Amino acid sequence: MSGEMKLTPGASGPLPLGLPKHNRRPAVVRSATAGKIWSAGAVLLKMLGLAVFAFLLFGPLANLALWSVAERWYAPFKLPVSYGLRYWEVVFRPTGDAMSSLATSVGIACLTVVVALAVSVPAGYALARLKLPWRTALMILFLLPQAFPSVAIYINVARVFYSIGLTGTITGVVLVHAAHGLVYSVWIAAAAFAAVDKDLELAARNIGASPLRTFFTITLPLAAPGIMASAIFVFLESLDEFTGTFFVGVPQVTTLPLLLYNASMGGNYQIASITALILLVPSVLFMIVIERFLKADVLSKVGQ
Amino acid sequence: MARPSFLGLLLIAPALVMIGVLFLYPLGFSLSSAFTGADGRFSLGSFHKAYELYSTDILFTLFIVIVSTLLTGVLSIAIAGILTLSETPWLIAVLRNLYRWPLFIPFIVAAQCMRTFLAKNGLMNNSLVALGLMEPIQATSFLDWRGIIITFVWKQVPFVTLMLAGAMASIDRATIEAGRNLGASRLRVLIELVLPQVAQTLLVGLVLSFVTMLSVLSVPMMVAGSQPTMLTVDMAFRINSYGDYATANALGVISYVIAGAVAWIYLRHNVKREAQI
Repeated sequence: MSGEMKLTPGASGPLPLGLPKHNRRPAVVRSATAGKIWSAGAVLLKMLGLAVFAFLLFGPLANLALWSVAERWYAPFKLPVSYGLRYWEVVFRPTGDAMSSLATSVGIACLTVVVALAVSVPAGYALARLKLPWRTALMILFLLPQAFPSVAIYINVARVFYSIGLTGTITGVVLVHAAHGLVYSVWIAAAAFAAVDKDLELAARNIGASPLRTFFTITLPLAAPGIMASAIFVFLESLDEFTGTFFVGVPQVTTLPLLLYNASMGGNYQIASITALILLVPSVLFMIVIERFLKADVLSKVGQ
Repeated sequence: MARPSFLGLLLIAPALVMIGVLFLYPLGFSLSSAFTGADGRFSLGSFHKAYELYSTDILFTLFIVIVSTLLTGVLSIAIAGILTLSETPWLIAVLRNLYRWPLFIPFIVAAQCMRTFLAKNGLMNNSLVALGLMEPIQATSFLDWRGIIITFVWKQVPFVTLMLAGAMASIDRATIEAGRNLGASRLRVLIELVLPQVAQTLLVGLVLSFVTMLSVLSVPMMVAGSQPTMLTVDMAFRINSYGDYATANALGVISYVIAGAVAWIYLRHNVKREAQI
């Protein structure tokens, strides 16, 4: 390894990751054939490593997909005995449990976004632009519901809600989800407002716009992509939330994760797998588009 | 410093009220419930009972979470290190597009995946048998403590790697090139030059993962059914089967203490770091 000179000085500078700009070649190469065998072996090893990695990554998901189309699958058979979409039909039947759970889940997630944004847009603006005492402590306070063992909190929330009749109601579940998602909405909203150029606001004020008008015509539109990202975070967080719903929502509110849990524990792997696949769609979509909404200038200010 | 803005306090008030009602109040409730005996006075009785019934599960939880955190750390360093230091463009490109997939997959979906994948007749054992790497008779179910650890690591590695790869991409490339030019192997560059510069990010990622794993209910319930199990499952069981809030809250306080200990390690590291600057 010490025989290879690595870099012509100043040729590449800070390399952006992943761009195929690795045009450095070892200046001194071992004898040609040995080098070829060496590099072929290295390529083979890397491909093998990637294959194992991909198997461990996608194997569990593949198994999920297989179960969702398996009509019969039992012990000695490595693959399903018969395939079919019978269970998809069961799940998507308009009167089925799954469709009503999906509606419940999406409804709760939308309401959660509305509640979370209603409190976190003003809070984010205050944290980003106005003088607040103990600002750091306030930021950490919003982190706590995420950074705390939540089961112990939820059992007590459920107890309090029970005494005021909120268990098993959509309102109760929405409140729990919103408090849980608050760290995303507040932190990202604060970062989004902090990333807005102050000079633009000052310019608007200079030509006579009122503070309120400046906020709604300059600041809010410029911060919108970041706030959108926080809304997506809260939406997904609510859609995927299991623990809080498990304690606060039962038995009347059945969201998709609860349906998945009940089906899986009841041994109905097909229904559980199809439900899981439905839950996967928004998660994977979000993973693909996240970079569009969360720009680097906002990301670098998260948590500050 | 100028005086605090009244408007600012007004704007942040609704969010604070929400945290107060939905987090701080229940937190106080759980503390008071754990430390109150049947006669309404201060007592450590619930802790005694929790320890008697669940001491194995406390150790089991600690074991699972610590091993998972360590494995997550090692794998994330490996993947982020390859992304930063590898000189094979196609490897970087493929790996970058692969590793993130589990990032936003909900724990409950991950649990369901693993419930089938790691079973005795799951896809993992079946594939190994089909490849001739294992005799069918050797196939065993991984749906116990190993399953929980695998699920946690599978789910958390992308998160920590994402943070770590971001931090590694933003460090001064010149230090890496200097090390390489002086003849250091890539492993040595990773451990001696890159890691110290991103230690802070790694620590944050691991602390967050640790607490997340400590709080997950669905994975231990779905992946490993029987005893021993994790504290979250015990708490749910105490509530749903006995309505026994005192013991459940005592277990809750124990999990706060575990999370608090980790947060303390993190804060101490932070203070030390700031003292050096």
